Amino acid sequence: MSYLSLSDKDKAEMLARTGAAKIEDLFGCIPDGVRLKRPLDLPAARSELELVRTIDGIGGKNTFGGHLSFLGGGAYDHFIPTVVDYLSSRGEFVSPYTPYQPEVSQGTLQLIFEFQTLICQLAGLDVANDSLYDGSTGAAEAVLMAHRVTSRDKVVLAQSLHPQYREVVRTYIKNLGVTAVEVGFGPDGRIDQVALAKALDDKTAAVVYQSPNFFGVVEDVKALSETAHGVKALSVAVVTEALSLGLLEAPGRLGADIVTGEAQSFGLPLSFGGPYLGFMACKKDYLRQMPGRVTGQTKDTEGRRGFVLTLATREQHIRRERATSNICSNQALCALRATIFMETLGKQGLRELAWQNAQKAAYAAEKLRGIKGVKKRFTGPFFNEFVVSLPKPWAVVDAGLKAKGIVGGYGLQADYPDLDRAAVVCVTELRTKDEIDRLARTLKEVLG
Amino acid sequence: MIKVIREPLIFEISEAGKRAAELPALDVPEAKDLLGGVPLRRELEDFPEVSETEITRHFTRLSQKNYCVDLGLYPLGSCTMKYNPKINERLSAHPAFAASHPLASADLVQGSLEVLKTLEGLLCEIAGMDAFTLQPAAGAHGELTGMMLIRAALEARGNARKYVLIPDSAHGTNPSSAHICGYSVKEIKSNENGTIDLASLEQEMTDEVAALMVTNPNTLGVFESDICRIAETVHAKGGFVYMDGANMNALTGVVRPGDMGVDVLHINLHKTFSTPHGGGGPGSGPVGVKAELAPFLPVPVITGKAGRLALDFDRPRSIGRVRAYFGNFSVVVRALCYILTLGPKGVREIAEFAVLNANYIRKSLEGDYDLKYKTASMHECVFSDKLQKEFGVTNLDISKRLIDFGVHPPTMSFPLIVHGALMIEPTETESRRDIDHFIEAMKAIAKEARETPDVLHGAPHVTYVSRLDEVAAAKFPVLRWEKKP
Repeated sequence: MSYLSLSDKDKAEMLARTGAAKIEDLFGCIPDGVRLKRPLDLPAARSELELVRTIDGIGGKNTFGGHLSFLGGGAYDHFIPTVVDYLSSRGEFVSPYTPYQPEVSQGTLQLIFEFQTLICQLAGLDVANDSLYDGSTGAAEAVLMAHRVTSRDKVVLAQSLHPQYREVVRTYIKNLGVTAVEVGFGPDGRIDQVALAKALDDKTAAVVYQSPNFFGVVEDVKALSETAHGVKALSVAVVTEALSLGLLEAPGRLGADIVTGEAQSFGLPLSFGGPYLGFMACKKDYLRQMPGRVTGQTKDTEGRRGFVLTLATREQHIRRERATSNICSNQALCALRATIFMETLGKQGLRELAWQNAQKAAYAAEKLRGIKGVKKRFTGPFFNEFVVSLPKPWAVVDAGLKAKGIVGGYGLQADYPDLDRAAVVCVTELRTKDEIDRLARTLKEVLG
Repeated sequence: MIKVIREPLIFEISEAGKRAAELPALDVPEAKDLLGGVPLRRELEDFPEVSETEITRHFTRLSQKNYCVDLGLYPLGSCTMKYNPKINERLSAHPAFAASHPLASADLVQGSLEVLKTLEGLLCEIAGMDAFTLQPAAGAHGELTGMMLIRAALEARGNARKYVLIPDSAHGTNPSSAHICGYSVKEIKSNENGTIDLASLEQEMTDEVAALMVTNPNTLGVFESDICRIAETVHAKGGFVYMDGANMNALTGVVRPGDMGVDVLHINLHKTFSTPHGGGGPGSGPVGVKAELAPFLPVPVITGKAGRLALDFDRPRSIGRVRAYFGNFSVVVRALCYILTLGPKGVREIAEFAVLNANYIRKSLEGDYDLKYKTASMHECVFSDKLQKEFGVTNLDISKRLIDFGVHPPTMSFPLIVHGALMIEPTETESRRDIDHFIEAMKAIAKEARETPDVLHGAPHVTYVSRLDEVAAAKFPVLRWEKKP
């Protein structure tokens, strides 16, 4: 199958106009010695039907979908209203480029302006960008931003920040002379405030914490922000479960200076980890140090409202090596999905959805705690995830559950060696009471 | 694009009590002391309240204010706006993939891992490299990853070095990525052909230089014919050659970067392999390396054979993760579908017809617009507004006037070495009819520039909004809607 649109006649006539005798001649600028003298060793071309069969075959090897899943950990299984898929599939949204020509891009620009507004409302902050690759790179960009704002070169990371996010932060900072120290957690699953106070000094650019954290526990954002501000460091809140913002007080109103994270929960499928949707909001004082694109409102020559990409003097195509970030795209189509999702759920729906998640997780935690030998590992308040400790190693429990068609959670041993008999369990609105009861019943059987 | 209907912001049509979504009743006993002690919101202040009809109308109307590839030619140079096959959209959303969780154990997601492993192998063959990582989420992210790999390899040799050489025609992301990787940038001037000046390169290439970042073909659409000597020069001083593969679509099946001395490159799946641009993303920027750099690739690396694929996290020399999970997976599915559909002949035709179409446009417009560099073009050609400037007409006027002809403007004012640039890239999927329409529009505009330049200054005339005040937007930023007090 080919997507070319030229007939043989077109090809011959067009070639004639170029003055070349054959197509090969158009590549005369490439030294003969390096040209490929054989066809590429690739699978034979397929028709659409053959392609569908091939991909169905590969997809069929994924057996995860046949399981009842309680996996979270930064990627959440939520219901997606039909309008999200329907409207976001329109070619006018899928197939344009970055809106550099605003007169023919008002659709994308206006929806991104709405996205920025919604993110500001959820974060409780003044300004938001057009999105970032994902939550993990959002965390890394926030660290670099705090480094620029404060001219300090040390960051304090909560150990309860998503382990993969911490890895990404470390990858980003290691060539810039910025160092990271990690602070552990207490029996409530929240940051150990005593250890935090000791880790802070006048070289600290930011305290970076996740709330709800990797254990599902909601941090005391107000106290953390006050502690950070005590040494003139920025308070950076990372949110991997954006839905929590529908119920919990906005981190910005509790003192966070930058709120960044992952908005996959807003209408994006799990899709094996991507594409997802990083977001970032901050106080307006830091606007000029914010990475990524920003859309702003303006007027046309007739005085009508319109939107444009703006503040580009922060960006790489103008500033080159002095840019705030090397980012040159956003996740526009994912931001569209999230915007449709947020506006469809709306003021009532988003809060109710968040509340149901918290209710179901609370029910599941009580149910599991009723099983002999199973304990809630942390005492702190949680949103839609919580950690259970088990009387047997997670590997054993996990295998037992999988044999019964259940993925019961995410084992913590690899990331937290001290938590070798513990797992994070996530419960969204998609899990019914019957399914939660089935998890409890099966776990009891597996633990025997 | 219906001009007359002004579409308000969703917040402006919101009314208390409306909704577009209902939830099932809570089916578990309600806990009364939920989230005890945690500050909760009383309400989501100023969040919109609208019906499903209104949501659908709002986004349908907004969509109609966008130009897109599905509508017509989109000749943005360097951006590679080609047709996005519809089947790839459907298969990328395949339920087996859409439902797979990135933290699931490898035995449950063998299909997803096979997609990644298969594309890695196909990209190795197409680019002539030894290994690929699909973790980078975009081209610029790929550049950063690639430069980190080079730095790690040099550190392993004992000296990370200080500088990165970058031609003056390069994308802005190149110097920015090198900078975040801790390097200082030295610019290499282009010669009269628009290519790297070998003498300057030899002078700048010292044992303090970590790498040369080269785009090939470069942003003028010109192939760096000295690439082998360039690579030898860099290698002789112990540096690495990084290739920005943004223009890989000019080379597929014709020549492989790995065969011309490139050590590391990124490929933009959203350019060469046709995954949709989505109004700005998501993209995907896989990075390919030669064997020497493979130990430094981000974790995890997929090992084993189909059906028994595993994730290897135990890679002590790895630069670490550059992103959570596995990159933009559903973008990878689309690119895989494109390559499997085209096969070896079709993948070569990507380059052949991108180059034919660009040269056809160049020949057709050579008399009407100035071409600063006369060197042979590959997949794009860069004209300028030099001839039109005499009549007070700029590349901005020409671009905006094209919109009135129903065509998206070319890339403007880039590369920086061509003043008033108009950078045109048609890609391989365009029809003769649409290409000819573009050529005729450009010729008509050249004539208007001479005869009725005021028509150009006021363009576009047919759009939902006319030219927007970008200066005011930056000077007095209004970046969100706020309720009127």
